[in-house]
Amino acid sequence: MIEIIEKKDTERITNEMRIEFAAISDNESFARMAIAAFIAPLNPTLEELSDVKTAVSEAVTNAIIHGYENRSRLDDRVYMKCRLQGDVLEVEVADRGIGIDDIRMAMEPLYTSRPELERSGMGFAFMEAFMDNLEVQSEPDIGTSVKMYKKIGTSSWIDSEE
Amino acid sequence: MEDFKVIDNYLMIRLPDEIDHHKSVDISAKADRYILSKKVGNVVFDFERTTFMDSSGIGIILGRYKKISCFGGKVYAINADNRIRRILLMSGLQNIVEIVKA
Ligand SMILES: Nc1ncnc2c1ncn2[C@@H]1O[C@H](COP(=O)(O)OP(=O)(O)OP(=O)(O)O)[C@@H](O)[C@H]1O
Ligand SMILES: [Mg+2]
Repeated sequence: MIEIIEKKDTERITNEMRIEFAAISDNESFARMAIAAFIAPLNPTLEELSDVKTAVSEAVTNAIIHGYENRSRLDDRVYMKCRLQGDVLEVEVADRGIGIDDIRMAMEPLYTSRPELERSGMGFAFMEAFMDNLEVQSEPDIGTSVKMYKKIGTSSWIDSEE
Repeated sequence: MEDFKVIDNYLMIRLPDEIDHHKSVDISAKADRYILSKKVGNVVFDFERTTFMDSSGIGIILGRYKKISCFGGKVYAINADNRIRRILLMSGLQNIVEIVKA
């Protein structure tokens, strides 16, 4: 019985937000502030907050410099969709840029297609390390979507238990 | 804002509160101007004021390392908090950067 109730609880969407912004680098910090404000009601720990901000920063930066080839055009758009299901955060960052040919190779730590832009190839590795789950979908010339999931507030919940 | 200071043969870079791609372009360009014009051999990255860094910070450090290491220069990271230290270690930077304990 209790199990069923808990399961229903986590499957229920409790909040949702979508934003769309120009693919220019000024908006990287905007995206981090937006996600921080969105999860604030869950009382994330400082570490959880940094984890989520870092992962979002990586995905948004990738959309801007790889998806839209760093060309800073106002009509290139980054789409960010955030959803809370109980204490699980889902963030999707998507672009309609050049897409990725070989997703597995792209996700290898240290792989970068733009070494001349001083990229280090650590973005996907950080997203994987700092979030609980990562799903990448991409199609050449259509675009890329990165979905990330993370349970928020687990450590503070354990703290307040004792 | 970041700031730059040259002490002897060392370029000291006090990094800003947040290091992302937007900020990194400027920091790298300015650092390279100092490296070229003042002929400094070593670079010290000071993270004292830094509370956020993503992979763009790794790019800044690696890029400067490539510019000075061929002349025997060294790169140091000082005042990095636990999180930034973790990001540096995850990227394997301990092999090329001296991460000085605070
Ligand atoms: N949104 C995207 N559109 C097109 N290609 C992408 C996108 N995101 C990632 N890629 C490709 O995947 C590669 C790896 O991405 P990752 O973020 O791991 O490293 P990077 O961006 O190259 O370097 P870093 O993130 O360390 O600055 C990129 O070099 C790029 O080729
Ligand atoms: Mg990246």
